[in-house]
Amino acid sequence: MSKAGWRSLPIAGIIPKAGSSLEYKTGTWRAFKPVVDEAKCTFCLLCWIYCPDGAIKRLDNKGKISIDYDYCKGCGICASECPVKAISMVEE
Amino acid sequence: MRIIGLTGDEAVAYAVKQCDVDVVAAYPITPQTIIVERISDFVANGEINTEYVCVESEHSALSACIGASVMGARVFTATSSQGLALMHEILYIASSLRLPIVMAVVNRALSAPINIHGDHSDMMGSRDCGWIQIYVENAQEAYDTTIQAFKIAESPNVSLPVSVNLDGFIISHSMERVEILDDEDVKIFLPPRKPLYRLDVENPITIGPLCFTDYYFEFKKQQAEAMEKSYKTIMDVMNEYSRVTGRSYKFIDTYGIEDSEILIVCMGSTCGTARYTARRLREKGEKVGVIKVSLYRPFPSEELIEAIKNAEALIVMDRAVSFGASSGPLCSDVKNTLYDAGFKIKILNIIYGLGGRDVSQKDIEQAFRLGFKLKSGDIKDRVLWLGVRE
Repeated sequence: MSKAGWRSLPIAGIIPKAGSSLEYKTGTWRAFKPVVDEAKCTFCLLCWIYCPDGAIKRLDNKGKISIDYDYCKGCGICASECPVKAISMVEE
Repeated sequence: MRIIGLTGDEAVAYAVKQCDVDVVAAYPITPQTIIVERISDFVANGEINTEYVCVESEHSALSACIGASVMGARVFTATSSQGLALMHEILYIASSLRLPIVMAVVNRALSAPINIHGDHSDMMGSRDCGWIQIYVENAQEAYDTTIQAFKIAESPNVSLPVSVNLDGFIISHSMERVEILDDEDVKIFLPPRKPLYRLDVENPITIGPLCFTDYYFEFKKQQAEAMEKSYKTIMDVMNEYSRVTGRSYKFIDTYGIEDSEILIVCMGSTCGTARYTARRLREKGEKVGVIKVSLYRPFPSEELIEAIKNAEALIVMDRAVSFGASSGPLCSDVKNTLYDAGFKIKILNIIYGLGGRDVSQKDIEQAFRLGFKLKSGDIKDRVLWLGVRE
């Protein structure tokens, strides 16, 4: 993909439309990915509270969480906070 | 038009009053204090509708100015010395975000040793911050330049912050005769600001996002280009203001350049002393002249080349030091300009007046004498500290 040059970029580095962060898929930063063991998960949602990127999805399947790998950076906070050790970090 | 007695600081405050500024966020520091005191008087007396934000530091002052400017407000602040140094990181943010903030910098020496008097080391320490920088010679110019600064900064072709530099105490605290425009004339000269972009909850945008190796470089080029393109607008504003007031404003002001062998190049209050001394020497038949650099950034290279072409030696006077460099900041700019233009002229850099050390006619006369020695090859130094005790 060719990138815009200085003549055509918006002034001062502003992003003139809202919600553009959705286009920035930060999942590519990940070295380890969180994998959920659904048998252990109690749906306590601590992972959802702690996730700094909002990458824990809780509404898709009722009573179960899933992980949005498009945006999860693999920080491992969810795995660290899970009280029943239902999330493990697996090397990509 | 009216004539009133004002100090340089008061002249700046009076200009701000007439410019219908929306927000002032400032922290007092000697010798800038009178500016913000007078503005707060105007606010307290209900003479202006300005929102005056009392902040806990200069870092916060400029940050608050950025916030207000992003909302589309006309914004002013003022500082000196350590205060400017504390603003340092925010100076770059203001210019990178292309926000037209006007700031009076009442030039004062930087610590240590602590000193409250005038020299240019504060602004020169932030020379590369991306602000347009103008140096004034007296209270009249402080008043006039503040009004012009808003028009320059807010022009859609420029949209950059502007610093108006006045020498601490020598200009800031000396009372002079100042010609004041009628409020109505200032209103006509300076219409309300039309921002290039602004924060608006109905049309949300992102300001100041993360920008890595793939785009940062391009935004710096944009900024450099904005500075380069600002020459024309600055000249247009100066010409228009000169027409309105009958007082001439230019990038550089020259005296006696047509036939002078020796020219002094300087900035700020020293220019008046230099011109007076040059006039007295010219009355005795000595071919000496003065170039006052008013616009320091962007640097007026073309005008400078034109002004020095008949001279045989230059004395460039710096009221700041660039430690470890071959010359002071102004002299470096002059040398760069002349080298690029293919000029080979003898140049002596004089470092003077640090920490507010007074510069008299005798000192300027000595500087001209050094110029003649330089011309005849009797002086080998490239930098001399004028009047420093051994």
